[in-house]
Amino acid sequence: MLNVGKIEEGFVLDHIKAGKSLDIYDHLQLDKLDCTVAIIKNARSEKMGKKDILKVECDIDMLDLDVLGYIDHNITVNVIKNGEIVEKKDLVLPRQIKNVIKCHNPRCITSIEQELPHIFFLSDPEKEIYRCKYCEEKYSSRAK
Amino acid sequence: MRHLMSPLDFTPEELDRLFDLANDIEHNPAKYAHACDGKILATCFYEPSTRTRLSFESAMIRLGGRVLGFSDAASSSASKGESVSDTIRIISCYADICAMRHPKEGAPMVASEKSHIPVINAGDGGHQHPTQTLTDLLTIRSLKGRLHSFTIGLCGDLKFGRTVHSLIGALIRYANVQFVFISPEELRVPDYITELLREKNIPYQEVIRLEEVMPDLDLLYMTRVQKERFFNEEDYVRLKDFYILNAAKMELAREDMLVLHPLPRVNEISVEVDEDPRAAYFKQAQYGVYVRMALILTLLESCR
Repeated sequence: MLNVGKIEEGFVLDHIKAGKSLDIYDHLQLDKLDCTVAIIKNARSEKMGKKDILKVECDIDMLDLDVLGYIDHNITVNVIKNGEIVEKKDLVLPRQIKNVIKCHNPRCITSIEQELPHIFFLSDPEKEIYRCKYCEEKYSSRAK
Repeated sequence: MRHLMSPLDFTPEELDRLFDLANDIEHNPAKYAHACDGKILATCFYEPSTRTRLSFESAMIRLGGRVLGFSDAASSSASKGESVSDTIRIISCYADICAMRHPKEGAPMVASEKSHIPVINAGDGGHQHPTQTLTDLLTIRSLKGRLHSFTIGLCGDLKFGRTVHSLIGALIRYANVQFVFISPEELRVPDYITELLREKNIPYQEVIRLEEVMPDLDLLYMTRVQKERFFNEEDYVRLKDFYILNAAKMELAREDMLVLHPLPRVNEISVEVDEDPRAAYFKQAQYGVYVRMALILTLLESCR
């Protein structure tokens, strides 16, 4: 069994689908932070069989975790302070996501306009439907 | 400062004020003949659209303003690769208000985010064409006297027709509007619209033959059925006449039913219907100018 040490302050993202931790690393732009990050892949899990875990040692205000709600709201987010779990965050679908998914509608202005961000709004929280801000093309969070 | 991207950008109360203004312009044109003296409208049309562009130009000229612009992408800086964001920044220096048509969906919204002047979406691909919807609503309100309590039949290509989708979206905000969708199976109104109507308990029916429902309608909104939308020639030949409005079909209609059409018409309304007092589609084009005049005034007012 591999052991990764405790962190003093930051986040432990648990119950990530096996193999998805690097996607989350990218979406959270952890490469841009000067902090310690542990990526644990294929850890044994009673609940999931295999899972990934991310440990990020940083100021807890530094990360915007909203996007995780879109990527997988089953991820457990443990907030760590002074080496202890002080909060378990519930993930909800964010109202807006930016540059997480790309609009695939070839008629959308995002397909040609230089450096235009791909922005999606939550249009139906019940059905987990997002729509492109510009062309209103529909994307289902469940279909990802 | 306000822009117009979708017909739903205005609340029903704001639309009432806009239509009151349009009707005042209709009845007192001289009062508005110099309302836009010294103002410039830029018509940025990245794809050709004679009717919409001329309607905007006519609207601004009738208000005493002037017009500049381009009528296809080839004669604009887009042909050199300039982005919409950059173009509108430049246009903002030259004009006071801009009407933009673009083949890419959402292009006018991108422009509105960077613009220092009001931007009007004059059609963005298959997405929105809000001034057509405002035209339709003003025509109905002016000729029927209300935007509630009627049965409207929408006939033809209900699957791909963006004007139909926008009009339905705008009309469901008014009370007691019933919808009758008349189309071939291949061109039925999309499921998301019928789902929305069911959710809101708005009555609707779907039929294939126009004659069946003619006597029930207060309004008939015609659209073109294009041959290329059909899967095979046989179906097209079998169905095409169902969707041609002629004098015989008009005999089945109520005396006060109105016929609307976003135009251009090809052959879906026989020319013999043009002289029928219930044919309102050419008046509709006139209302298109009034509503654009009212819109230009309203949006310019929002800059003060």
